[in-house]
Amino acid sequence: MSLSEANGGLPLLSILILGPLAAAAVAALIRSERLVRWWTLAFTTASAVFSLKLWSGFNPDTAAYQFVERRAWIPSLRIEYCLGIDGLSLLLVLLTTLIAPLCILASWSAIKTRVREFMICLLIMETAMVGVFSALDFVLFFTFWEAMLIPMALLIGVWGGPRRIYASVKFFIYTMAGSIFLLVALVALRLKTGTFYIPDLMGRPYDPAFQCWIFAAFALSFAIKVPMFPLHTWLPAAHVEAPTAGSVLLASVLLKMGTYGFLRFCLPITPYATHVFAPAMLWLSVVAILYGGFAALAQSDLKKLVAYSSVGHMGFATLGIFVLNPKGLEGAILVMLNHGVTTGALFIAVGMIYERLHTRELGAAAGLGKYMPIYAFFLGVFCLSSMAFPGTNSFIGEFLVLCGGFAHSKLLAACTIPGVVVCAAYMLRMLQRVAWGGTKNPDQSGLVDLNLREILTLTPLLVFVFWIGLHPAPFVRVMHASVGHLLEQASRLP
Amino acid sequence: MTSPFLLAFLPELVLLAGALVLFTVCLGESRARLARNAAVGVAAAAVLACIVSLGARAELFSGAYQVDAFSQLLKLGFAAGFGAIILLSGDLPDIREMIRPEYFLFVTLSITGLTMLVSCVDAISLVVALELSSFPLYLLVPMRREREGHRTQMEGAIKYIMFGVAANGIMLFGLSYLYGLTGTTHLGPMLALLKPVAGTPLAIAGMAMAFCGLYYKLAVFPFHFWTPDVYQGASNETAGLIASLPKLGAVAVLVRFVSLATPDNTTIAAMLALLAGASMFYGNLVALVQKDLKRMLGFSGIAHSGYAMMGFVALSRAGYAAALYYAVGYVLMILACFVVVCRVSKDGENVKIADLAGLHKRSPLLALTLFTGIFALAGLPPFVGFMGKLGLLTAVIARGHLTLAIVAVINSAIAVYYYLQVVRQAVFGEAGADPTPIRLSVPTRILCAALIACIVAFGCFPEAVVGAIARSLTFVS
Repeated sequence: MSLSEANGGLPLLSILILGPLAAAAVAALIRSERLVRWWTLAFTTASAVFSLKLWSGFNPDTAAYQFVERRAWIPSLRIEYCLGIDGLSLLLVLLTTLIAPLCILASWSAIKTRVREFMICLLIMETAMVGVFSALDFVLFFTFWEAMLIPMALLIGVWGGPRRIYASVKFFIYTMAGSIFLLVALVALRLKTGTFYIPDLMGRPYDPAFQCWIFAAFALSFAIKVPMFPLHTWLPAAHVEAPTAGSVLLASVLLKMGTYGFLRFCLPITPYATHVFAPAMLWLSVVAILYGGFAALAQSDLKKLVAYSSVGHMGFATLGIFVLNPKGLEGAILVMLNHGVTTGALFIAVGMIYERLHTRELGAAAGLGKYMPIYAFFLGVFCLSSMAFPGTNSFIGEFLVLCGGFAHSKLLAACTIPGVVVCAAYMLRMLQRVAWGGTKNPDQSGLVDLNLREILTLTPLLVFVFWIGLHPAPFVRVMHASVGHLLEQASRLP
Repeated sequence: MTSPFLLAFLPELVLLAGALVLFTVCLGESRARLARNAAVGVAAAAVLACIVSLGARAELFSGAYQVDAFSQLLKLGFAAGFGAIILLSGDLPDIREMIRPEYFLFVTLSITGLTMLVSCVDAISLVVALELSSFPLYLLVPMRREREGHRTQMEGAIKYIMFGVAANGIMLFGLSYLYGLTGTTHLGPMLALLKPVAGTPLAIAGMAMAFCGLYYKLAVFPFHFWTPDVYQGASNETAGLIASLPKLGAVAVLVRFVSLATPDNTTIAAMLALLAGASMFYGNLVALVQKDLKRMLGFSGIAHSGYAMMGFVALSRAGYAAALYYAVGYVLMILACFVVVCRVSKDGENVKIADLAGLHKRSPLLALTLFTGIFALAGLPPFVGFMGKLGLLTAVIARGHLTLAIVAVINSAIAVYYYLQVVRQAVFGEAGADPTPIRLSVPTRILCAALIACIVAFGCFPEAVVGAIARSLTFVS
C-alpha cells in the first residue's frame, strides 16, 4: 500500500492538509482585506479542484486504504504520520474541500471585521477537517479532531450573533468533554495492542468487557459530535449564533465527524460491543428523528429550524449505521453527504435572508418570493431536497436507510415514518411562508434578489442535489467495497 | 570517562561568578539598569556554559554531586528559563527602586540553587541546594512595592517561608529515618540498602516524609496552602518565577528520590495517586471561581502538579520521563501566561481576569501568547500540554491505574471551563475600561515569539525532548 501509481507519486492528502495551513500563513502576511478574501477564495477553489484528483485516482473495487502516506512522527511513542482514505472517507474529504470555497463566498460581504483572522480560521478548519477524515493514526486523528475545536469556537465566539460567547463556550465544553474520553480509549487501545495505527487496531479479539468500555468512550464523544439525542443541546445554540460560514461548516462537515467516527472506530474495532449497544443506538436515532422533527416544527427562527432538522437528519445517518446491513450503511454515508450538501445550502440561504433583513424570524421573511424569485427558486429546491423529495439527493439516502431499517426491524422503521412526514411539514411550512406568506406580509419591496456571487455560491450545491438525486450510482460505487469490508469486520464476534 | 572539574562544574561556576558580579553591582546606588544588563549577560553566559558542558560526565565532591546527562539537560533548561525570567522581569515596575539590583542577585542565586539541585545525589547536598534555591525566593516575595493599605506581599512572604520551613523540617525528619535504616546519605547506596526493607512501615514513612519538601515546591495538595497567597502577594514577575522553574526542579529531584521506591511498591504508588487525584480536584474546582488571574493560575498550578504526579504513580521510567516532559512543557506554558500578566498589569498591579477584556485589540501578540499558553494548559493538541498528558496517561494506564487516568481526564474537562473564561475575555471580549494599546519592547516580543514557537514545536515534535529525557534517565532501573 505505498503511494499508488495513479497520483504520480504526489502526496495528495498531505498537500490537501498542509496546503491550507501554508495558505493561512500567507494570509497572515497580507495587509489588504480585499486581497485576503481573494487569496483564500482562490486557494480553496484550487484546493477543491485539486482534490478531484482523489476522485479520479480512486479505485472503487478495493476496500484497501488508498493514497496512503506513512512516515515516522514520534518514534519513541510509536506515533506515525499516517494518512489514507477508503470508500468511507473519500466522499467526506471531497465534501470538505468543495464546501470550503462556498463558505468563503457566503461570508464575502457578511464578515466585515477582522477579515484576515476569519479567513485564517477557515483555512485552519479545512486542514483539521481533511485531516480528521484521512488520518490513519489514532493520535494524528485525535490531534486534528481537537485542533478543529479552537478555530470553530473562534468562528462562533468572535464573528457570531448576540449570544455568541455563551454558544461558543457551550460548544467547546461539550465537545471537549466528549473527546477527553476518546483520549482514554486511545491510550487503552494503544496499551492493549502496542500500536496507534488504526487499521491494526481493527479485527483484534478484545475481550467483551474491554470492548464495551472502549465503545462507551467512543460513543460518548462521537454522539456529542453527531449530535445524538439527548446530547444535542449544544447544536441549536451553536448554529444560531455562528456566522453563516460557521453554521455551514458545522452542519456540513463537523457533524459528519461524529458519524464517521462510528464507522471508522466503533464498528471495526469493537464489533461485539457494537452489537450489544446497537439496539440502544437505534432507538436513540429514532428519538432523534422524531424529536428533531417536532422541535423544528415549532421554531420561528429560521436557523433554529434548520438546526433542529439537522438533529433529525443525522438521526437517519446513525440509524443507517447501526442497522448493520449494506443498504443501511450505504444509505447512512449518502445521508451524511446529502445532509452536507442540503443543510449547508439551507444555512447559506438563511444567511442571505439575514444579510438583507438582519433578522432570522420566519414572520419577517414572509413573502420574499415575490421580490426575490431566484432566491425562492433555490430555497424551494433545497427545501424539497431536505424533505427527501424523489429526484433529489436526500431521497436516495433516506430511502436506502429506510430499506435497511425495514430489513432490520419493521417496528423500528415504522416508528421513523412520522419523522419523515414531519420533515415535509416543517420544510413546506417554511417554504410556503418565505416564498408566498399570507395576506399580511411585511413590505419586502426594497429587497434585492441574489447577485452573481450568491448565485455562484448556491449553484454547485444545486448541481449536487440533482446529480446525486438522479444518478447516484457513481457515489454508491466508490463506497461499495469499503462498506462490504466494514460489515465483514463488524460481524466478527468473539 | 570523567570530564575535568572545570568543565563539569562550569554552569554553576558561571552562575556563582555572575552572582558575585551582581553583588558588587548592588553595592552602588540605584544601578537597576546596570544590574539588569549584567543579569542578561549572566543568563547568556550560563546558557553557553550549559551547552559547552552538556556532554560532561563526572562525580564531584566525594560522590555527592553527580554530573550526568540528566543533570546537564536540566541545567540547560534552567539556564534558558533564567534568561526568560530576566526578559520577563523587564524594568521591574513593582519592586522598590532601591532594591532592584538585589532582586536580580537573588534570582541568580535561586537559579544557582536549582542547577545544583539536579546534580545532587546525596541527601545532605540535596537539602543544601534546595535551601539555596528557596531562600532567595522567600526574600523576593516581600520586595514588592507597598501600596496604601495593602500588605499582601508580607502575608504571602510569611506564609511562604513558614510553610517552606515546616516542609523542609518534615523532609529532614524523613531523611533521618532513611539514614537510620541504611546508614548512608548517598542516594545510590541508599537505594540498594533500602530495597530489602522497602515495604516496612519505617521505610515508607521515611520516604513519604522525605518527599514532603518537594511536594511543597510543587504545591501538591495538602502542601499547597501558600500558593494562591504567594502568587497574589508577590509581584507579577516574582510569581512568574515561583510558578515555573522551581516546579521543574522539584520534579527532577522527585525523580531521583522516587526511584528509591521499587516499582512494585504499592503503598507509595497509592499514596502518590491519592495526592495526585486530590491536587487535581482541589486545584481545578477552586480555580473555577477565581477572579484574579494570578490566583487562578496558582490553583490551576496545583492541578497541574497533580497531573505531573501521575508520572510518579507509575513508578516506571516512562512515567518519570513523562513527568519531566510535562514539567518542561508546564514551564513554557506558565511563562507564556505570566508574560501576559506582567505586561497587561498597570504599574505592576494584580490582574483580574476581567482586565484582559479586549486584549486582542490592545496587543494582538500578547493575546496570541495567552491563547497559546492557555490552550496548551488545557491540554489541546497540537500544543505541548497535550503530548505531555498523552505520555502521562499512557504511563499510568500501562501500570493499571485506570481510575487515576479517568480522574485526570475528568479534571481536564473541568479545567477547560475556567481556561475558556480567560480566552473569552482576551479574544472575544470587547475592550473594557482601558482600551489603550499595550506597547511591547523588543525583548518581550522575542520572548513571546520564542515561547509560542516552543509550545507548538514541543507539541508537534516531542521526539527530541522526550527521547533526550528518556535516555538521560540512566539511574532509574
